[in-house]
Amino acid sequence: MKNEKLKMLLGGGIIGLLAVFLVKQGNPGNMGICVACFWRDIAGALGLHRAAAVQYIRPEIIGFVFGAFASSMFSKDFKARGGSSPLIRFLLGVFMAIGALVFLGCPLRMILRLANGDLNALIGTLGFVVGIMVGLYFLKNGYTLGRNKKELQIVGYIMPLFAVMLLVFLVLKLEFILFSEEGPGSMHAPILISLVAGIITGILLQRTRVCSAGAFRDLFLIKDMHFMYGIIGIFIAALIGNLTFGGSFKLGFEGQPVAHSEHIWNFLGMTLVGFAGILLGGCPIRQTILAGDGDADAGITIFGLLIGAAIAHNFGLAASPKGAPLNGRIAVIIGLILCTIIAYIYTNKRAEG
Amino acid sequence: MKEIDVRGYSCPEPVIRTMNAVKEGNAELEILVDTNVSKENVSRYLKENGYNVDVKETGDYYTIIGKK
Repeated sequence: MKNEKLKMLLGGGIIGLLAVFLVKQGNPGNMGICVACFWRDIAGALGLHRAAAVQYIRPEIIGFVFGAFASSMFSKDFKARGGSSPLIRFLLGVFMAIGALVFLGCPLRMILRLANGDLNALIGTLGFVVGIMVGLYFLKNGYTLGRNKKELQIVGYIMPLFAVMLLVFLVLKLEFILFSEEGPGSMHAPILISLVAGIITGILLQRTRVCSAGAFRDLFLIKDMHFMYGIIGIFIAALIGNLTFGGSFKLGFEGQPVAHSEHIWNFLGMTLVGFAGILLGGCPIRQTILAGDGDADAGITIFGLLIGAAIAHNFGLAASPKGAPLNGRIAVIIGLILCTIIAYIYTNKRAEG
Repeated sequence: MKEIDVRGYSCPEPVIRTMNAVKEGNAELEILVDTNVSKENVSRYLKENGYNVDVKETGDYYTIIGKK
């Protein structure tokens, strides 16, 4: 077991250092890796929303999918499967994106923000944990979205091919693809560096199966620290990176990069992400990795994230450093109610059947 | 021997169903899973709860046998 622990700490550690490195190379502050923000930027680049400041095809995401696909093929983890309540998963993906964009980051960015001294992320973490605990209540009582079934191999290739398409759009800079000229979307590391960092991260995440929601879930549910060691590795390495070569560590609530200090909405935004993450069986990064290793249900969740991110900007839900707009607050409340209804129905469904 | 078929269920349901069976006091368990992730998670859970674990591969699924 000692080796397993070390493997998780090291795997997480490399990801944490890569995240700091990507910021040094040009990514926005504390956004070396942010799965929700990156899918949001991709949604913008594809013209699904028109927020001019957040449009870019993030090569890191393409790398996550490529890395997960290659690694799962090599390790024979790859298995085309799907059909476990896809439309419910899509909907949960939509609201997971909205919650993340009200907080301004996925759970992974939350850890990275924390590792750079952003105390708003501490509030977010508390909210995230509460969302997970609520989800766990239903899980323990039999919540399930049902069995998946084996699909034809070709189904598992759809997401990797989608990633290839994104890479082509990015490299050729086709005329219908939108790229930010200012704002976070314009800030990025060179394509090749982002892509390679993404592939390494994708392989590591596929091998270690690290999931931020899963880490807290297993800790509370079965008192198992296994995945938490991966998260701790990310946190410690990013902290060391920020204190040394990153040079960006600043403790406090105010003036943190791409963040706001409306505590209640940081808290509730991440409650929604934690709750939806538990109902889905994984946080945004884990869904992206699973989508690369043949899980069509994770694939449909990713499209939910993409559309959720587009909705968040089209309907004025997404927060900015100024705070969470009224529409975003309403959407978070709707999301929490919807998650509760879904959790309730899919818990009782199993109790009956 | 209690048999639990969790093929097709995604993480963490296989572990939860296993946990429930362990809490019921079953000394011998046979769990059918169909992904490497579930195989690892269920095996790890059983080992940490004092079971000896044996895994057999049959076609496209695994049979995990846990005995106390």
